[in-house]
Amino acid sequence: MSMDRRRFLKIAGVSTVLGLGGASVMNGLSRRGLEASQATVTPDPKGLTAKRWGFAIDVNKLGSPADYQKCIDACHNIHNVPSIENPKHEVKWIWNETYEHSFPGTEHEYMNHEFKEKNFLLLCNHCAQPACVRVCPTQATFKRKDGVVMQDMHRCIGCRFCMAACPFGARSFNYRDPRGKDANGKPFIKVENKTFPTRMIGVVEKCTMCYERLAIGQQPACAEASNGAIVFGDLEDPNSEVRKIINSKYTIRRKPELGTQPSIYYVIGGSEHA
Amino acid sequence: MLEKALTGSKRYWTWVIMLLGIIGVGFIAYMYQLQEGLGITGLSRDVSWGFYIAQFTFLVGVAASAVMLVIPYYLHNYKKFGKIVILGEFLAISAVTMCMLFILVDMGQPMRVMNVVLHPTPNSVMFWDAVVLNGYLFINLIVGWTTLGAERKSLPPPNWVKPLIYLSIPWAVSIHTVTAFLYAGLPGRHLWLTAIMAARFLASAFAAGPALLILLVMFVRKTSKFDAGTEAIQSLAKIVTYAMITNVFFFLLEVFTAMYSNIPGHMHPIKYLFVGLDGHTNLVPFMWTATVLAFLGIGLLVNPATRKNESILPFALIAVFISAWIDKGMGLVVGGFIPNPFEKVTEYSPTIPELAITLGVYAVGFLVLTVLYKVAIGVKEDNAYDTGHH
Amino acid sequence: MYNGGKIIAGMLVFLAFFTFPFYYNLGKANARPEPKLNTPVIQQLAEKKCVESRDFMRAEHMQLLNDWRDSVVRDNNRIYKNREGKEFSISLQNTCMNCHSNKKEFCDKCHNYMAVKPYCFSCHIEPKENKS
Repeated sequence: MSMDRRRFLKIAGVSTVLGLGGASVMNGLSRRGLEASQATVTPDPKGLTAKRWGFAIDVNKLGSPADYQKCIDACHNIHNVPSIENPKHEVKWIWNETYEHSFPGTEHEYMNHEFKEKNFLLLCNHCAQPACVRVCPTQATFKRKDGVVMQDMHRCIGCRFCMAACPFGARSFNYRDPRGKDANGKPFIKVENKTFPTRMIGVVEKCTMCYERLAIGQQPACAEASNGAIVFGDLEDPNSEVRKIINSKYTIRRKPELGTQPSIYYVIGGSEHA
Repeated sequence: MLEKALTGSKRYWTWVIMLLGIIGVGFIAYMYQLQEGLGITGLSRDVSWGFYIAQFTFLVGVAASAVMLVIPYYLHNYKKFGKIVILGEFLAISAVTMCMLFILVDMGQPMRVMNVVLHPTPNSVMFWDAVVLNGYLFINLIVGWTTLGAERKSLPPPNWVKPLIYLSIPWAVSIHTVTAFLYAGLPGRHLWLTAIMAARFLASAFAAGPALLILLVMFVRKTSKFDAGTEAIQSLAKIVTYAMITNVFFFLLEVFTAMYSNIPGHMHPIKYLFVGLDGHTNLVPFMWTATVLAFLGIGLLVNPATRKNESILPFALIAVFISAWIDKGMGLVVGGFIPNPFEKVTEYSPTIPELAITLGVYAVGFLVLTVLYKVAIGVKEDNAYDTGHH
Repeated sequence: MYNGGKIIAGMLVFLAFFTFPFYYNLGKANARPEPKLNTPVIQQLAEKKCVESRDFMRAEHMQLLNDWRDSVVRDNNRIYKNREGKEFSISLQNTCMNCHSNKKEFCDKCHNYMAVKPYCFSCHIEPKENKS
């Protein structure tokens, strides 16, 4: 699915004429058309492709808090996610939460304490029917053909409608400048990844399923750091590892009754219990 | 006609300068917010809309309520509203202006606001809200200005404006319906996920909007030679009465459905609002104040003796107005976010800069209203003077 | 003229304000900006050429960058093949700024001159300036 430069320019041109108008547009169109008419843009051939990406997260393989932290750090370090202490202004792409808060309403009074308090790794569910995408007034958040719910931080106007719509609390708003410092003068981003951008105040951000890594043939960072606890793959491919796990084991999804169709499956029991 | 706003008494100019002062303070606070980000407000990851969006929601209702004058006057030829229908339309203009400003100050990246136009997205309710609000503003500007211009020349309004007047009726309903849909279509926000929300919005709007209008009309009568007439005020007061009763009734329907069904998710926000949840009770005193004021207001309005007593009537109207403001503003918007998707409670209260910005926006609205009302009343006073001499 | 004095005084004040930028900058040196291309990476290039011709980049880099960001973020198209068939990885931070590691001497030179403030680097991380 490559889009040639000509079509590109057409769209750019039409939107410029509609938006701005003026002679410079006509001038620019003709010159650009000559200069770069043969230029094309294509995906990286190394990129991973799928019909619908998804995760199977085996909670039994994530034993200690250190196991969770490894996945969280992998993601947050790569993506320059600021660590802001104030929970009101916190930004997080992946984090852990106890069972009763991850799956509210399913806990019960006789549930064993250990399970109730068990930690689950939470991140954007990359829903098949995402409410956030439905409500976004600028298509800053949109669904890709491969199932990734993307966030275009260039286009986001910061209205936070998506945060009201998301039933999973997966979205964070930059209430503060992520490049700023905390009260003790320490920067929110401890170590910058120089190959990835930060964000700016006033935009919403969230897990983007490591689209920048998928594009060059790498697994999402959390899956890579999880020691096999997080399996990433194509949910539509019956032979993929993620499908085999879902087929053979008992899995649950967060708030399935809302119809958003999360693409993240939590493996609860082994095949012998299924 | 605008020149009428350029001459006025000392009191008029004091008022205008005071408003400009408040706008200035609000503007400085807004510059601070632009610089530092929305972190200077009380908003959070969990309660991501607050005071600004609450005012927006409430004021859409005030704007829509102009239709309570337009329908009787233009559809049912109820002549008593003839003198004040313009005041309703001008109130709508002022309210819509404030709505737009509240949306703007709530944005994280306001300089990108044109993205909504550049990338129109029909599946987003917010896109439609922008469309209907702008449309409503223009309809009221054109209708209000044209009819007032005609009145000034003692002519009937031109025929071409009639279709616009009729269009303004469903359009007024649409602005508040679409605003309700901002909330009512979201999965997982139990307080908002209710089919009756648009209806309840309209009911509370038709109570609060005309209540404010009566208060304004009474104020105008005191400060100018323009008198809307007792019958117009009483008719409007009856509209307020029944709209408020309907509003409370609709609210009780919500309470019944949530509490009798005993579904925890549906009960939690209502419990949070009225008794507190997990020990968090920020909004409880406000919601009970709103409840007491609602019943007090209805009591005073239903009883003809107190409604007709014009020294009691303003208090009843203020009670109704504040009650609707608390319930539909803070109660509805903040309550919808509590508990959060993890069933935890993060509370919200506005900060001082947030309040300053809010006051600044209200001052802009009141300035618009003052100028428009000055023009309208100037025209009406002139006409009264002319007819008095002929 | 009715109120003539006031009107003329008002017009004079307006004119003074309106023309302020002109006389404020009068006689000040306003040299044409010369963005520098002498970064270590560029100096090592066999053929010192950007992704498109110099003229095109001068006039259209903002449009190209705009197209590029949509291309990557929205369409997942990350390889740019120019008309000579040469391929580049589309990335402001990793491709453009790899060569143009002198943002202050390159980007800022013209942007300051033109008084434009693109917010690219509010998110994209600037290269560490190497004073060579």
